[in-house]
Amino acid sequence: MRQPDGSSAVLTTRIATMLAWARKNSLWPLPFGTACCAIEFMSTVSSHYDLARFGAEVVRFSPRQSDMMIVAGTITDKMAPVVKRVYDQMAEPKYVISMGACACTGGFYRAYHVVQGVDEFIPVDVYVPGCPPTPEALIEGVLKLQELIQRGETQYDRLSSKGRHVTDNST
Amino acid sequence: MTDSLRKAGMSQTTLPELFPGGATFDAHTAADGLVEMHVDRSGLIGVLKTLRDHPDLACDLLLDICGVDHPEREQRFEVVYHVASLDKGHRFRIKVPISEDEPSVPTAYGIWRAADWFEREAWDMMGIRFDGHPNLRRILTHEAFQGHPLRKDYDPAQRWILTEDETMVPDWVTETIEDEDHFETQILNLGPSHPATHGTLRIVVRLDGEVITKAETEIGYLHRCFEKMSETHGWNEVIPYADRLNYCSAMNNGVGYALGVERMLGIEAPPRAQMVRLILCEFSRLMDHAVCLGANLVDLGALTNFWYFFQPREEIYSLLEACAGGRLTVSYARIGGLVHDVPDDFEERVRQLLRTIPKFIDDVDRLVTKNRIFRDRTEGVGVMSAADAVAWGWTGPCLRASGVGFDLRKEQPYMGYDEFDFDVPIATSGDCYARYLVRLEEMRQSLRIIEQAVGRLAAGPVITDNHHVALPPKSKVYSEMEALIWHFKLIYEGIKVPSGAMYTATEGSNGELGFYIIADGSGHPYRIKVRPPCFAIFQAYPHMLEGHLVSDAIAILGSLNIIAGELDR
Repeated sequence: MRQPDGSSAVLTTRIATMLAWARKNSLWPLPFGTACCAIEFMSTVSSHYDLARFGAEVVRFSPRQSDMMIVAGTITDKMAPVVKRVYDQMAEPKYVISMGACACTGGFYRAYHVVQGVDEFIPVDVYVPGCPPTPEALIEGVLKLQELIQRGETQYDRLSSKGRHVTDNST
Repeated sequence: MTDSLRKAGMSQTTLPELFPGGATFDAHTAADGLVEMHVDRSGLIGVLKTLRDHPDLACDLLLDICGVDHPEREQRFEVVYHVASLDKGHRFRIKVPISEDEPSVPTAYGIWRAADWFEREAWDMMGIRFDGHPNLRRILTHEAFQGHPLRKDYDPAQRWILTEDETMVPDWVTETIEDEDHFETQILNLGPSHPATHGTLRIVVRLDGEVITKAETEIGYLHRCFEKMSETHGWNEVIPYADRLNYCSAMNNGVGYALGVERMLGIEAPPRAQMVRLILCEFSRLMDHAVCLGANLVDLGALTNFWYFFQPREEIYSLLEACAGGRLTVSYARIGGLVHDVPDDFEERVRQLLRTIPKFIDDVDRLVTKNRIFRDRTEGVGVMSAADAVAWGWTGPCLRASGVGFDLRKEQPYMGYDEFDFDVPIATSGDCYARYLVRLEEMRQSLRIIEQAVGRLAAGPVITDNHHVALPPKSKVYSEMEALIWHFKLIYEGIKVPSGAMYTATEGSNGELGFYIIADGSGHPYRIKVRPPCFAIFQAYPHMLEGHLVSDAIAILGSLNIIAGELDR
């Protein structure tokens, strides 16, 4: 590493730590927005709250280009196969933030057409409570995810250390 | 609402003479001012046709069709039609009782095209067949769903799991077109996970080269069972659910619902509450239009306006947060008023907003209205004629962009809208550009209303002192026996709305938002049917696409402002 005065310096680290550091600071969100929470997600990425300050502003609607799925909104039984499919299409490593009461638990829709939490069918790293959560809460969720990535404690790390894939249906 | 019969220049005795013989019915003015008629299944179509075609009746707008379940009755189901005449201003409700053994009525699709999705919904939710309907399949629930959830004997939490291979594929997808001129025909699926479909709408189109030759939409991806949930909750507990119908302007839904219940109770919110409601409803309408225009422009590649509009939105959110505690889904309205008073600096903050917001609207106006690219993308695209718009059941800004100046704030003033000076903007071309212009002008008119309203904000309570409806103040609960008893009774038993049914409509951001509320005297609603403006608007969408390019489909969709929470409920 070249220093300003022209001398060289060496930084030692583990490859996993460095990868985690790189990954956590360049999260590309895939907003799976369906309802009210999606409007708050829009606020979060807009100029006032500016998620770019945390290295996660490159919103991509293509699952193949993103690594952080933000499930923002109520997921119904009709939508569930779509969420699963989009999640499966994301390349690993991939992370999931469940934004809002509905995505976490079904919220106050204990009803005949509503999934009672997206962790019924995909592994979730961070649950952000609220109905809908404020942009500040979502930003905190992203920061929490960054911590998990740095510590190697995400669902992806947990499952891959057991030699399994997060997309494996047996999770 | 004024008496519909009187408005139509008719009396209870002359009315039956207008209808062809054979139909047995009685007609009377219901408590909500609509003319209510009970009609036999056999005479239904004759009555509906007369309603539409008779020059004195001229009911050109079908508002809603819904089913009601009364398991204890011999004729278990009731199909309820709400129709209105834009010209005459009167409204009719037609009730058709049918039995469980043969739950079917003839379709009204041939009379009003708007019947299309409303009938499918009644089939899906209540299991009522509409004989002769061209495409009577489920609409809100999924393909693997069994039973009809709004029947009283359906368990609210009974789910059915859908697997991926069961998802909807229209029949015509597999049709082969053997024509040398059309060798490039292909099928394209858009959504539901697609940014331009706002994450919840699905469109399947057949393309001939780049031109759409056929389209079909699938909705229900956000069907959160509002109507069933409302039957299992107390009257006030429905408000948070109602706020999540059109979540871009939550206040309008909550207030619309509260007004409906207040009418049934025969009470009114105090003047201060009415005025605060009105101010926040107009701010919500403005925000809703800002999201619609911002998102529409993003879909067309103009990102800047989105940022321009989100700044004032943030400022309005801050005001709502200061009033209600929530930013988006505020749950601020209560039956009989508001949950608590506004902060002390409310007026000052509103005036501050009135000073800053016009700048953002003007910025977008200057940037977009005369923009060559924008006009090329929107002028003449997605044209809807006035007659077609009415036939499809359109209301709100989309209808006004087609040249019909129908606005409930003027037609049936509620919350004292008649005391305000404002214009209803109308465009005539009915295309995406016209819808943009109408919304932009409506934002300015909303500011005009707020400006007048903020000066009239009177001091006083914000919730009714009727303790059958609203809790007494906490200080009294701790010091007075009577207040304690009222508090106890209201918490344990809830509000008791007297038996009856009323249809109350307000001008939501997207058009006529109606609540058809049925009470049975208990602490929770017996049935609530929402008449969502988006639902009627979106059913015309696949028909608007034919002959357009895929990129036009995106422009049209954005200009209609389809909010899934309201569409799917």
